[in-house]
Amino acid sequence: MCLGIPGEVVELLDDGRDLAMVSVAGVRRAVNIGLLHEEKLAPGDWILIHVGFALSKIDEREAQAALDWLQGVGDAYTDELEALATSDIT
Amino acid sequence: MRFVDEFRDAATARALATKIAGLCEPGRQYKFMEVCGGHTHTIYKHGLEDYLPETVSLVHGPGCPVCVIPMGRVDDAIAIAEHPDVIMTSFGDMMRVPGGRGSFFDSKAAGTDIRMVYSPLDSLKIARNNPDKQVVFMAIGFETTAPSTAMTVLRAAQEKLDNFSIFCNHVTIIPAIKAILDSPDLRLDGFIGPGHVSTVIGCKPYDFISAQEGKPLVCAGFEPLDILQSVYQLLLQLKEGRCEVENQYSRVVPWDGNPKALEVIGEVMELRPYFEWRGLGFISHSALQVREKYASFDAEKIFNVPGVRVADPKACQCGEVLKGVLKPWECKVFGTACTPETPIGTCMVSSEGACAAYYNFGRFSRERVKEATHT
Ligand code: SF4
Repeated sequence: MCLGIPGEVVELLDDGRDLAMVSVAGVRRAVNIGLLHEEKLAPGDWILIHVGFALSKIDEREAQAALDWLQGVGDAYTDELEALATSDIT
Repeated sequence: MRFVDEFRDAATARALATKIAGLCEPGRQYKFMEVCGGHTHTIYKHGLEDYLPETVSLVHGPGCPVCVIPMGRVDDAIAIAEHPDVIMTSFGDMMRVPGGRGSFFDSKAAGTDIRMVYSPLDSLKIARNNPDKQVVFMAIGFETTAPSTAMTVLRAAQEKLDNFSIFCNHVTIIPAIKAILDSPDLRLDGFIGPGHVSTVIGCKPYDFISAQEGKPLVCAGFEPLDILQSVYQLLLQLKEGRCEVENQYSRVVPWDGNPKALEVIGEVMELRPYFEWRGLGFISHSALQVREKYASFDAEKIFNVPGVRVADPKACQCGEVLKGVLKPWECKVFGTACTPETPIGTCMVSSEGACAAYYNFGRFSRERVKEATHT
Protein backbone atom coordinates (compact mmCIF):
# COMPACT_ATOMS: atom_id res chain seq x y z
CA MET A 1 0.00 0.00 0.00
CA CYS A 2 3.01 2.25 0.31
CA LEU A 3 3.93 1.74 -3.30
CA GLY A 4 3.29 4.67 -5.60
CA ILE A 5 2.07 3.38 -8.95
CA PRO A 6 2.48 5.59 -12.02
CA GLY A 7 -0.47 6.10 -14.34
CA GLU A 8 -1.25 8.21 -17.40
CA VAL A 9 -4.32 10.40 -17.33
CA VAL A 10 -6.68 9.43 -20.16
CA GLU A 11 -9.77 11.47 -19.41
CA LEU A 12 -10.98 13.85 -16.73
CA LEU A 13 -14.45 12.95 -15.53
CA ASP A 14 -16.57 15.98 -15.02
CA ASP A 15 -18.98 14.62 -12.43
CA GLY A 16 -17.97 16.71 -9.45
CA ARG A 17 -16.28 13.78 -7.70
CA ASP A 18 -12.67 14.55 -8.60
CA LEU A 19 -12.30 11.42 -10.68
CA ALA A 20 -10.12 10.83 -13.71
CA MET A 21 -9.77 7.79 -15.91
CA VAL A 22 -6.14 6.73 -15.80
CA SER A 23 -4.25 4.08 -17.64
CA VAL A 24 -2.34 2.03 -15.06
CA ALA A 25 -0.20 -0.86 -16.27
CA GLY A 26 -2.34 -0.93 -19.42
CA VAL A 27 -5.69 -0.99 -17.61
CA ARG A 28 -8.14 1.92 -17.39
CA ARG A 29 -9.03 2.78 -13.81
CA ALA A 30 -10.83 5.57 -12.05
CA VAL A 31 -8.46 7.50 -9.79
CA ASN A 32 -9.33 10.31 -7.40
CA ILE A 33 -7.38 13.46 -8.29
CA GLY A 34 -8.82 15.65 -5.53
CA LEU A 35 -5.45 15.95 -3.78
CA LEU A 36 -3.91 17.60 -6.85
CA HIS A 37 -6.27 20.55 -6.86
CA GLU A 38 -3.65 23.18 -7.43
CA GLU A 39 -2.26 21.53 -10.51
CA LYS A 40 -4.19 21.49 -13.73
CA LEU A 41 -4.19 17.95 -15.04
CA ALA A 42 -4.74 17.11 -18.68
CA PRO A 43 -4.89 13.88 -20.64
CA GLY A 44 -1.33 12.67 -21.23
CA ASP A 45 -0.10 13.81 -17.81
CA TRP A 46 1.53 11.26 -15.54
CA ILE A 47 0.63 10.88 -11.89
CA LEU A 48 1.81 8.78 -8.97
CA ILE A 49 -1.10 6.91 -7.43
CA HIS A 50 -1.36 5.80 -3.82
CA VAL A 51 -4.38 3.73 -2.69
CA GLY A 52 -6.65 5.15 -5.37
CA PHE A 53 -5.55 8.80 -5.07
CA ALA A 54 -3.12 10.77 -7.21
CA LEU A 55 -0.55 12.22 -4.83
CA SER A 56 1.83 13.90 -7.23
CA LYS A 57 2.23 14.85 -10.84
CA ILE A 58 5.39 13.43 -12.39
CA ASP A 59 7.05 13.49 -15.78
CA GLU A 60 7.16 10.55 -18.12
CA ARG A 61 10.78 9.74 -17.34
CA GLU A 62 10.02 9.53 -13.64
CA ALA A 63 6.98 7.38 -14.41
CA GLN A 64 9.24 4.94 -16.25
CA ALA A 65 11.73 4.93 -13.37
CA ALA A 66 8.94 4.28 -10.87
CA LEU A 67 7.66 1.44 -13.03
CA ASP A 68 11.11 -0.13 -13.26
CA TRP A 69 11.45 0.10 -9.51
CA LEU A 70 8.06 -1.52 -8.98
CA GLN A 71 8.84 -4.35 -11.35
CA GLY A 72 11.95 -5.03 -9.31
CA VAL A 73 9.86 -5.31 -6.17
CA GLY A 74 8.24 -8.44 -7.57
CA ASP A 75 5.42 -9.94 -5.49
CA ALA A 76 4.51 -6.73 -3.73
CA TYR A 77 3.85 -5.05 -7.09
CA THR A 78 1.88 -8.03 -8.41
CA ASP A 79 -0.23 -8.02 -5.23
CA GLU A 80 -0.79 -4.30 -5.56
CA LEU A 81 -1.87 -4.63 -9.20
CA GLU A 82 -4.21 -7.49 -8.28
CA ALA A 83 -5.73 -5.38 -5.54
CA LEU A 84 -6.06 -2.50 -7.98
CA ALA A 85 -7.79 -4.78 -10.47
CA THR A 86 -10.52 -5.57 -7.94
CA SER A 87 -10.90 -1.91 -7.00
CA ASP A 88 -13.78 0.13 -8.35
CA ILE A 89 -14.16 3.54 -6.83
CA THR A 90 -16.56 5.01 -9.37
CA MET B 1 30.52 -4.53 -7.90
CA ARG B 2 28.47 -7.65 -8.45
CA PHE B 3 25.18 -6.01 -9.38
CA VAL B 4 26.61 -3.26 -11.47
CA ASP B 5 25.17 -4.62 -14.72
CA GLU B 6 21.66 -4.23 -13.40
CA PHE B 7 22.08 -0.49 -13.23
CA ARG B 8 20.89 1.54 -16.11
CA ASP B 9 23.81 3.81 -15.63
CA ALA B 10 26.59 1.62 -14.35
CA ALA B 11 29.29 4.17 -15.08
CA THR B 12 27.55 6.81 -12.99
CA ALA B 13 27.19 4.36 -10.13
CA ARG B 14 30.86 3.54 -10.26
CA ALA B 15 31.83 7.19 -10.43
CA LEU B 16 29.61 7.93 -7.45
CA ALA B 17 31.10 5.06 -5.47
CA THR B 18 34.55 6.52 -6.09
CA LYS B 19 33.45 9.99 -5.08
CA ILE B 20 31.82 8.58 -1.94
CA ALA B 21 35.01 6.77 -0.98
CA GLY B 22 36.96 9.97 -1.56
CA LEU B 23 34.83 11.91 0.90
CA CYS B 24 35.31 9.51 3.81
CA GLU B 25 37.82 10.63 6.38
CA PRO B 26 40.27 7.87 7.22
CA GLY B 27 39.41 6.08 10.46
CA ARG B 28 35.96 7.63 10.75
CA GLN B 29 32.86 5.44 10.82
CA TYR B 30 29.66 6.78 9.25
CA LYS B 31 26.17 5.58 10.00
CA PHE B 32 23.18 6.82 8.00
CA MET B 33 19.58 5.78 8.55
CA GLU B 34 17.22 5.25 5.66
CA VAL B 35 13.86 5.98 7.22
CA CYS B 36 11.68 4.47 4.50
CA GLY B 37 11.04 0.79 3.84
CA GLY B 38 11.09 1.41 0.09
CA HIS B 39 14.71 2.52 0.36
CA THR B 40 15.55 -0.57 2.42
CA HIS B 41 14.14 -2.57 -0.43
CA THR B 42 16.33 -0.89 -3.05
CA ILE B 43 19.42 -1.23 -0.86
CA TYR B 44 19.00 -4.99 -0.45
CA LYS B 45 17.78 -5.65 -3.94
CA HIS B 46 20.78 -4.00 -5.55
CA GLY B 47 23.33 -4.90 -2.91
CA LEU B 48 24.09 -1.18 -2.53
CA GLU B 49 26.18 -1.73 0.56
CA ASP B 50 28.73 -3.36 -1.74
CA TYR B 51 29.26 0.05 -3.34
CA LEU B 52 30.03 1.76 -0.08
CA PRO B 53 33.32 1.72 1.78
CA GLU B 54 33.25 -0.51 4.87
CA THR B 55 33.28 2.56 7.06
CA VAL B 56 29.88 3.68 5.75
CA SER B 57 26.89 1.72 6.99
CA LEU B 58 23.21 2.13 6.27
CA VAL B 59 20.77 1.25 9.02
CA HIS B 60 17.07 0.76 8.60
CA GLY B 61 14.49 2.96 10.17
CA PRO B 62 10.86 2.71 11.25
CA GLY B 63 9.33 3.81 7.94
CA CYS B 64 7.10 0.84 7.28
CA PRO B 65 3.60 1.60 8.57
CA VAL B 66 2.54 -2.03 8.75
CA CYS B 67 5.60 -2.87 10.83
CA VAL B 68 4.84 -0.37 13.57
CA ILE B 69 1.20 -1.33 14.29
CA PRO B 70 1.21 -2.78 17.81
CA MET B 71 -0.43 -6.13 18.57
CA GLY B 72 -3.10 -4.47 20.73
CA ARG B 73 -4.45 -2.42 17.81
CA VAL B 74 -4.81 -5.58 15.68
CA ASP B 75 -6.75 -7.18 18.55
CA ASP B 76 -8.92 -4.06 18.85
CA ALA B 77 -9.68 -4.15 15.13
CA ILE B 78 -10.60 -7.83 15.37
CA ALA B 79 -12.88 -7.03 18.32
CA ILE B 80 -14.68 -4.51 16.08
CA ALA B 81 -14.87 -7.03 13.24
CA GLU B 82 -16.50 -9.52 15.63
CA HIS B 83 -19.63 -7.38 15.90
CA PRO B 84 -22.24 -9.32 13.93
CA ASP B 85 -23.20 -6.48 11.57
CA VAL B 86 -19.68 -5.27 10.81
CA ILE B 87 -17.75 -5.56 7.57
CA MET B 88 -14.11 -4.76 8.31
CA THR B 89 -12.06 -3.61 5.31
CA SER B 90 -8.29 -3.49 5.13
CA PHE B 91 -5.32 -3.15 2.82
CA GLY B 92 -3.91 -6.56 1.90
CA ASP B 93 -0.62 -5.74 3.68
CA MET B 94 -2.41 -5.76 7.01
CA MET B 95 -4.03 -9.17 6.67
CA ARG B 96 -1.17 -11.28 8.01
CA VAL B 97 0.00 -8.94 10.76
CA PRO B 98 -0.10 -10.94 13.97
CA GLY B 99 -2.01 -9.58 16.94
CA GLY B 100 -2.20 -11.20 20.35
CA ARG B 101 -5.14 -13.27 19.17
CA GLY B 102 -4.01 -13.96 15.64
CA SER B 103 -4.24 -11.99 12.40
CA PHE B 104 -7.09 -10.69 10.23
CA PHE B 105 -6.75 -13.85 8.14
CA ASP B 106 -7.21 -15.99 11.27
CA SER B 107 -10.22 -13.94 12.32
CA LYS B 108 -11.74 -14.21 8.84
CA ALA B 109 -11.25 -17.98 8.90
CA ALA B 110 -13.10 -18.00 12.22
CA GLY B 111 -16.09 -16.34 10.59
CA THR B 112 -15.74 -12.54 10.69
CA ASP B 113 -16.37 -10.53 7.53
CA ILE B 114 -12.99 -8.96 6.81
CA ARG B 115 -12.41 -7.87 3.22
CA MET B 116 -9.30 -6.70 1.42
CA VAL B 117 -9.55 -3.41 -0.40
CA TYR B 118 -7.14 -1.42 -2.53
CA SER B 119 -8.42 2.01 -1.57
CA PRO B 120 -10.46 3.49 1.29
CA LEU B 121 -12.85 4.55 -1.49
CA ASP B 122 -13.54 0.85 -2.09
CA SER B 123 -14.67 0.62 1.55
CA LEU B 124 -16.94 3.56 0.97
CA LYS B 125 -18.51 1.79 -1.98
CA ILE B 126 -19.02 -1.35 0.12
CA ALA B 127 -20.78 0.85 2.69
CA ARG B 128 -23.04 2.35 0.02
CA ASN B 129 -23.92 -1.13 -1.25
CA ASN B 130 -24.57 -2.56 2.23
CA PRO B 131 -26.78 -0.07 4.04
CA ASP B 132 -27.76 -2.63 6.68
CA LYS B 133 -24.10 -3.24 7.66
CA GLN B 134 -21.54 -1.12 9.47
CA VAL B 135 -18.47 -0.84 7.24
CA VAL B 136 -15.20 -0.05 9.01
CA PHE B 137 -11.94 0.83 7.26
CA MET B 138 -8.74 -0.18 9.02
CA ALA B 139 -6.81 3.01 8.33
CA ILE B 140 -3.03 2.63 8.48
CA GLY B 141 -0.06 4.43 7.06
CA PHE B 142 2.11 7.51 7.38
CA GLU B 143 1.32 10.87 5.81
CA THR B 144 1.36 9.14 2.42
CA THR B 145 -2.00 7.45 3.03
CA ALA B 146 -3.56 9.71 5.68
CA PRO B 147 -4.81 12.26 3.08
CA SER B 148 -6.62 9.49 1.19
CA THR B 149 -8.37 8.37 4.37
CA ALA B 150 -9.25 11.97 5.21
CA MET B 151 -10.65 12.59 1.71
CA THR B 152 -12.75 9.44 2.06
CA VAL B 153 -14.19 10.61 5.39
CA LEU B 154 -15.03 13.97 3.80
CA ARG B 155 -16.76 12.20 0.94
CA ALA B 156 -18.71 10.01 3.41
CA ALA B 157 -19.77 13.15 5.25
CA GLN B 158 -20.89 14.77 2.00
CA GLU B 159 -22.91 11.72 1.11
CA LYS B 160 -24.26 11.61 4.69
CA LEU B 161 -23.40 7.92 4.97
CA ASP B 162 -24.24 6.67 8.43
CA ASN B 163 -22.75 3.19 8.15
CA PHE B 164 -19.11 4.03 7.36
CA SER B 165 -16.32 4.65 9.82
CA ILE B 166 -12.56 4.38 10.07
CA PHE B 167 -10.44 2.72 12.74
CA CYS B 168 -7.69 5.29 12.64
CA ASN B 169 -4.11 4.06 13.06
CA HIS B 170 -2.36 6.72 11.03
CA VAL B 171 1.09 7.57 12.33
CA THR B 172 3.35 10.54 11.68
CA ILE B 173 6.99 10.24 10.69
CA ILE B 174 8.59 13.18 12.50
CA PRO B 175 7.97 11.99 16.11
CA ALA B 176 9.33 8.56 15.19
CA ILE B 177 12.55 10.13 13.93
CA LYS B 178 12.70 12.21 17.14
CA ALA B 179 12.29 9.06 19.25
CA ILE B 180 15.13 7.42 17.36
CA LEU B 181 17.37 10.44 17.84
CA ASP B 182 16.62 10.29 21.57
CA SER B 183 17.41 6.60 21.78
CA PRO B 184 20.74 6.12 23.53
CA ASP B 185 21.77 2.92 21.71
CA LEU B 186 22.26 4.52 18.34
CA ARG B 187 24.65 7.14 17.06
CA LEU B 188 23.69 8.37 13.62
CA ASP B 189 25.53 10.74 11.29
CA GLY B 190 22.60 11.60 9.07
CA PHE B 191 19.36 10.53 7.45
CA ILE B 192 18.19 9.46 4.04
CA GLY B 193 14.72 11.03 4.15
CA PRO B 194 11.60 9.17 3.01
CA GLY B 195 10.44 9.86 -0.54
CA HIS B 196 6.68 9.41 -0.68
CA VAL B 197 5.91 10.75 2.80
CA SER B 198 7.76 13.90 1.80
CA THR B 199 5.56 14.44 -1.25
CA VAL B 200 2.89 15.24 1.35
CA ILE B 201 4.78 16.91 4.21
CA GLY B 202 7.54 18.48 2.12
CA CYS B 203 11.07 19.05 3.42
CA LYS B 204 10.50 21.76 6.02
CA PRO B 205 9.36 19.50 8.90
CA TYR B 206 12.85 17.93 8.87
CA ASP B 207 14.46 21.25 9.74
CA PHE B 208 14.74 20.37 13.42
CA ILE B 209 16.96 17.42 12.53
CA SER B 210 19.56 19.72 11.07
CA ALA B 211 18.90 22.79 13.22
CA GLN B 212 18.48 21.20 16.64
CA GLU B 213 19.94 17.72 16.35
CA GLY B 214 22.84 18.69 14.15
CA LYS B 215 22.31 15.90 11.61
CA PRO B 216 22.03 16.35 7.84
CA LEU B 217 19.08 14.86 5.97
CA VAL B 218 18.68 14.23 2.25
CA CYS B 219 15.27 13.33 0.84
CA ALA B 220 15.91 10.57 -1.65
CA GLY B 221 14.27 8.82 -4.59
CA PHE B 222 14.03 5.06 -4.91
CA GLU B 223 16.46 4.28 -7.70
CA PRO B 224 19.81 2.79 -6.70
CA LEU B 225 21.51 5.90 -8.10
CA ASP B 226 19.23 8.14 -6.01
CA ILE B 227 20.37 6.45 -2.86
CA LEU B 228 24.06 6.54 -3.76
CA GLN B 229 23.66 10.20 -4.70
CA SER B 230 22.05 10.90 -1.31
CA VAL B 231 24.86 9.18 0.55
CA TYR B 232 27.25 11.31 -1.44
CA GLN B 233 25.35 14.49 -0.52
CA LEU B 234 25.32 13.52 3.17
CA LEU B 235 29.06 12.87 3.19
CA LEU B 236 29.73 16.11 1.32
CA GLN B 237 27.78 18.06 3.95
CA LEU B 238 29.77 16.42 6.74
CA LYS B 239 33.03 17.07 4.95
CA GLU B 240 32.17 20.75 4.40
CA GLY B 241 30.89 21.14 7.95
CA ARG B 242 27.37 21.86 6.73
CA CYS B 243 24.24 20.45 8.24
CA GLU B 244 21.17 20.97 6.08
CA VAL B 245 18.02 19.45 4.71
CA GLU B 246 18.49 18.74 1.02
CA ASN B 247 16.05 17.44 -1.56
CA GLN B 248 17.61 14.91 -3.92
CA TYR B 249 14.13 13.80 -5.07
CA SER B 250 12.90 17.22 -6.19
CA ARG B 251 11.53 15.70 -9.39
CA VAL B 252 8.71 14.30 -7.24
CA VAL B 253 8.94 15.96 -3.82
CA PRO B 254 7.99 19.66 -3.70
CA TRP B 255 9.82 21.57 -0.95
CA ASP B 256 6.51 22.60 0.60
CA GLY B 257 4.80 19.25 0.16
CA ASN B 258 1.22 18.93 -1.01
CA PRO B 259 -0.81 21.74 0.64
CA LYS B 260 -4.17 20.25 -0.28
CA ALA B 261 -3.22 16.88 1.27
CA LEU B 262 -2.05 18.60 4.47
CA GLU B 263 -5.24 20.63 4.56
CA VAL B 264 -7.55 17.61 4.39
CA ILE B 265 -5.56 15.73 7.05
CA GLY B 266 -5.87 18.79 9.31
CA GLU B 267 -9.58 19.09 8.62
CA VAL B 268 -10.43 15.51 9.56
CA MET B 269 -7.69 14.47 11.99
CA GLU B 270 -5.72 15.75 14.93
CA LEU B 271 -2.71 14.47 16.85
CA ARG B 272 -3.30 11.91 19.60
CA PRO B 273 -1.62 12.63 22.92
CA TYR B 274 0.35 9.42 22.49
CA PHE B 275 0.32 6.19 20.51
CA GLU B 276 2.04 2.86 20.93
CA TRP B 277 4.44 1.78 18.19
CA ARG B 278 5.36 -1.84 17.91
CA GLY B 279 8.81 -2.35 19.31
CA LEU B 280 9.31 1.36 20.04
CA GLY B 281 6.76 1.77 22.83
CA PHE B 282 4.63 4.86 23.45
CA ILE B 283 5.62 8.00 21.52
CA SER B 284 3.84 11.25 22.28
CA HIS B 285 2.00 13.12 19.52
CA SER B 286 2.99 10.45 17.03
CA ALA B 287 -0.35 9.43 15.56
CA LEU B 288 -3.63 10.83 14.30
CA GLN B 289 -7.19 10.45 15.53
CA VAL B 290 -10.48 11.58 14.08
CA ARG B 291 -11.58 15.07 15.16
CA GLU B 292 -14.71 15.43 17.28
CA LYS B 293 -16.40 17.11 14.33
CA TYR B 294 -16.28 13.82 12.43
CA ALA B 295 -16.92 11.56 15.46
CA SER B 296 -19.73 9.76 13.67
CA PHE B 297 -17.07 8.33 11.32
CA ASP B 298 -14.76 7.25 14.13
CA ALA B 299 -14.95 3.52 14.85
CA GLU B 300 -13.31 4.10 18.22
CA LYS B 301 -16.31 6.21 19.25
CA ILE B 302 -18.94 3.96 17.67
CA PHE B 303 -17.71 0.60 18.93
CA ASN B 304 -16.59 -0.50 22.29
CA VAL B 305 -12.89 -0.85 21.55
CA PRO B 306 -11.19 -2.85 24.29
CA GLY B 307 -7.91 -0.89 24.00
CA VAL B 308 -5.86 -3.86 25.04
CA ARG B 309 -2.14 -3.68 25.37
CA VAL B 310 -0.28 -6.80 24.34
CA ALA B 311 3.42 -7.25 24.93
CA ASP B 312 5.42 -8.23 21.85
CA PRO B 313 6.45 -11.90 21.76
CA LYS B 314 9.64 -12.53 23.72
CA ALA B 315 11.53 -13.86 20.72
CA CYS B 316 10.69 -10.80 18.64
CA GLN B 317 13.38 -8.17 18.15
CA CYS B 318 11.45 -5.93 15.75
CA GLY B 319 11.95 -2.95 18.04
CA GLU B 320 15.71 -3.17 17.63
CA VAL B 321 15.35 -3.67 13.89
CA LEU B 322 12.96 -0.69 13.58
CA LYS B 323 15.41 1.48 15.48
CA GLY B 324 18.28 0.31 13.33
CA VAL B 325 20.12 -1.17 16.31
CA LEU B 326 20.01 -4.71 14.91
CA LYS B 327 20.27 -5.88 11.32
CA PRO B 328 17.45 -8.28 10.43
CA TRP B 329 19.70 -11.33 10.32
CA GLU B 330 20.89 -10.60 13.82
CA CYS B 331 17.44 -11.34 15.26
CA LYS B 332 17.52 -14.78 16.87
CA VAL B 333 14.46 -16.07 15.04
CA PHE B 334 15.20 -14.55 11.61
CA GLY B 335 14.69 -17.09 8.84
CA THR B 336 14.05 -19.92 11.25
CA ALA B 337 10.96 -19.40 13.40
CA CYS B 338 10.20 -16.11 11.65
CA THR B 339 9.74 -16.19 7.86
CA PRO B 340 7.34 -14.37 5.50
CA GLU B 341 5.08 -17.46 5.62
CA THR B 342 5.06 -17.63 9.42
CA PRO B 343 5.91 -14.14 10.63
CA ILE B 344 6.46 -13.62 14.35
CA GLY B 345 7.17 -9.95 13.97
CA THR B 346 5.71 -7.33 11.66
CA CYS B 347 8.97 -6.51 9.90
CA MET B 348 8.61 -9.90 8.21
CA VAL B 349 5.03 -9.31 7.07
CA SER B 350 5.11 -6.30 4.83
CA SER B 351 7.27 -6.37 1.73
CA GLU B 352 8.63 -3.04 2.91
CA GLY B 353 9.63 -4.47 6.26
CA ALA B 354 13.39 -4.72 6.66
CA CYS B 355 13.25 -8.41 7.58
CA ALA B 356 11.10 -9.40 4.60
CA ALA B 357 13.21 -7.31 2.21
CA TYR B 358 16.31 -8.96 3.58
CA TYR B 359 14.76 -12.42 3.50
CA ASN B 360 13.66 -12.03 -0.10
CA PHE B 361 16.60 -10.21 -1.57
CA GLY B 362 19.48 -10.12 0.83
CA ARG B 363 20.38 -13.76 1.05
CA PHE B 364 23.54 -13.42 -0.91
CA SER B 365 24.74 -10.72 1.42
CA ARG B 366 23.65 -12.76 4.43
CA GLU B 367 25.71 -15.67 3.26
CA ARG B 368 28.61 -13.33 2.82
CA VAL B 369 28.16 -11.92 6.29
CA LYS B 370 28.02 -15.43 7.72
CA GLU B 371 31.22 -16.33 5.94
CA ALA B 372 32.87 -13.20 7.18
CA THR B 373 31.90 -13.84 10.78
CA HIS B 374 32.90 -17.51 10.70
CA THR B 375 36.35 -17.02 9.37
S1 SF4 C 1 13.08 -11.73 12.28
FE1 SF4 C 1 10.90 -11.59 12.79
S2 SF4 C 1 10.84 -11.29 14.99
FE2 SF4 C 1 12.95 -10.90 14.35
S3 SF4 C 1 13.01 -8.69 14.06
FE3 SF4 C 1 12.49 -9.58 12.07
S4 SF4 C 1 10.25 -9.63 11.99
FE4 SF4 C 1 10.85 -9.24 14.12
